[in-house]
Amino acid sequence: MALLEIQDLHASVDGHEILKGLNLTVNAGEVHSIMGPNGSGKSTLAAVLARRETYQVTGGRVLFNGKDLLEMKPEDAACEGVFLAFQYPVEIPGIGNAYFVRSAMNAIRKFHGQDELDAMDFLPLYKERMKILEMDDKLVNRSVNEGFSGGEKKRNEILQMAMLEPKLAILDETDSGLDIDALRIVAKGVNAMRGPDRAFLVITHYQRLLDYITPDFVHVLVDGKIVRSGGPELALELEDTGYGPSEADVPQVLPA
Amino acid sequence: MSATANNTGNENAMATATEKLGTYLCTYGDLIAERQERDPVWLRQLREDAWQRFHAKGFPNTHDEDWRFTNLAALARTPFQRAVKGRVTVSSGQIERFRVPGAGCRLVFVNGHFAPDLSEVCDLPDTLEICSLERAIAKAMEGSEPEGCAPEGIEQHLGRYADVRRDVFSALNTALWEDGAYLRIHRGAVIERPIHLLYVSAGAGAAIMTHPRTLIVAEPTSHAAVIEDYVSIGEETAFSNAVTELVAGQDAVVSHFLVERENLAAFNVSTLRLELARGTNVSSHSILLGGGLVRNNVHPVLAGEGAECLINGLFVGAGRQHLDNYMLVEHSQPQCSSRQFYNGILDDRARGVFHGRIVVHKDAQKTDAKQTNRNLLLSDDARIDTKPQLEIYADDVKCTHGATIGQIEEEQLFYLRSRGIEETSARNLLLYAFAAECLDRMHDSPAREFVASLIGERLTDLAVNHQAAASPAPVKEETQSWEEVG
Repeated sequence: MALLEIQDLHASVDGHEILKGLNLTVNAGEVHSIMGPNGSGKSTLAAVLARRETYQVTGGRVLFNGKDLLEMKPEDAACEGVFLAFQYPVEIPGIGNAYFVRSAMNAIRKFHGQDELDAMDFLPLYKERMKILEMDDKLVNRSVNEGFSGGEKKRNEILQMAMLEPKLAILDETDSGLDIDALRIVAKGVNAMRGPDRAFLVITHYQRLLDYITPDFVHVLVDGKIVRSGGPELALELEDTGYGPSEADVPQVLPA
Repeated sequence: MSATANNTGNENAMATATEKLGTYLCTYGDLIAERQERDPVWLRQLREDAWQRFHAKGFPNTHDEDWRFTNLAALARTPFQRAVKGRVTVSSGQIERFRVPGAGCRLVFVNGHFAPDLSEVCDLPDTLEICSLERAIAKAMEGSEPEGCAPEGIEQHLGRYADVRRDVFSALNTALWEDGAYLRIHRGAVIERPIHLLYVSAGAGAAIMTHPRTLIVAEPTSHAAVIEDYVSIGEETAFSNAVTELVAGQDAVVSHFLVERENLAAFNVSTLRLELARGTNVSSHSILLGGGLVRNNVHPVLAGEGAECLINGLFVGAGRQHLDNYMLVEHSQPQCSSRQFYNGILDDRARGVFHGRIVVHKDAQKTDAKQTNRNLLLSDDARIDTKPQLEIYADDVKCTHGATIGQIEEEQLFYLRSRGIEETSARNLLLYAFAAECLDRMHDSPAREFVASLIGERLTDLAVNHQAAASPAPVKEETQSWEEVG
């Protein structure tokens, strides 16, 4: 059974159809990259999978581990093992970073009938993973993402992923706005998490990130559909030729 | 509301108010007759003057700028009666749940009358005097001192600060008060544990009113924290009109906590008058969680050079609660600083008011005054009126004010939920984070822990109710509307 099975997915935002019949199968252990131009639906796909309610699913189905993902609330999807690294991580003044992650971990543990972690068990683990991501200790007690630099925010997303250990991690343009050092650190964090039980959906604009995180599959998303799929070499080709539909028989869509 | 309806309504309200002053007149007459022998002359004079003030002015209506957002018609209409001493008895078991963990001592008042059996004043340092104000005065009249209490400070301070000329509720309290707490912290004394003053309204079979009067004298360089706590037993309506005068001597450091957690039928008007001498550091923390119609007046006068005052508050309302905060911060000497921070959270049809008035008198050069009011509205029907008012008569001052009104951000809620935290908890976390700004401004102490736990409970209720309201459920019956006129 595939970990994630997306069939003919249609979704809209504010009445505009963005995803127009998307199909994708992801197995545990695989890294898939989704590339495509602005407005093609990459972030919509990420949001739908994370169950953001402002996105309406108008057709198709999504199975996660054999369960109907589209029936789940965001928190249920998270507890089942879906994780979204946000393109724009949200600042939450007044809630401590470590406290937040521990609350999330305990919510997920509770869902699976496990005992909650107390601060004594949690903190050493948290600090160890922070070290891998070269994050400053002072961020432990700072409010979630508040006053973080762009790079710190993205690393904080990866840190949360490392703590929550999802089955499917969706990275939504995690590379955007990162300098090359930060990119390397983020990629290191992701690569450390790769394993036979975990899959990644790496959404990106640029091939650059894929120099550090080598995908098993690359898909090209144009106008709400996957128009091409291939191996890592496809990303390099796109770097040269762009997302034009020259090789695929897709009609050019002009903005209305 | 149309202007016409408003006018007619207010005329009716005024007529009703004047008529109902009759019950207050009776109460005053009874009280004066009873106290003829017991009150010293200066106190009788104080009552008489205050009564004249109240009787001449009556209850204000919404044309009065200071009461623009709070309609007192329902209060004026209700024929509140004086609580007869001893008619209602409360057991220690009934008030156990109101205990403040870590408090050093506790005075309990039931329907305005001192309850010695419920109070705990053992093992106090001899640098702290604490007793019933009524008893302290009575003993002085008899010529013997009550244990641990030397009342000579009472005449000097009582009624010298409360603004009976401007404020009719202070006048009403001064005329009708029967008991309350008297605290004196000796020069240089450091009282480590907070002092708990518990004012209990307990169902008396009729709508009762009480006018608790508290006098706190913190002598120079003393340190203390006082929690003034208003609670109800049962669901009956009651009217508490409290006045507290807190006098801080030179370089004293005092924290005052007001906790309002009465039932939703309660009317509560409380006035905290702070007098700050040179170099004092006084904090007022108001935590309004309960009550139906609540008016919280905080009136510090920075009357000595270099005094510092923090005026911190949190109000949380749901249902049809009406929570009105009226700040009057007077800077009368140079080099003083005042900080006002009030956070409001309002759900359902609750209404909040923040009126922050800063007066900088002519001599108060180098004043540094700041005011911030932040509000979170959780429903479309919740409402906040926020109004800064600066009156500056000195020319070298720094005054700033700001107010914000917002909602729980969907982005933040989704972010928390996307990490596995279910919606009610996520909502609760966000509310708590907002409310915690108020806790961050308190020193670590048992008092802070106590109010933190009260706030936590209140916000959990709010998050759960909000969740319940979001799912289809029978429409809640509206029990009382403070907006009704006449």
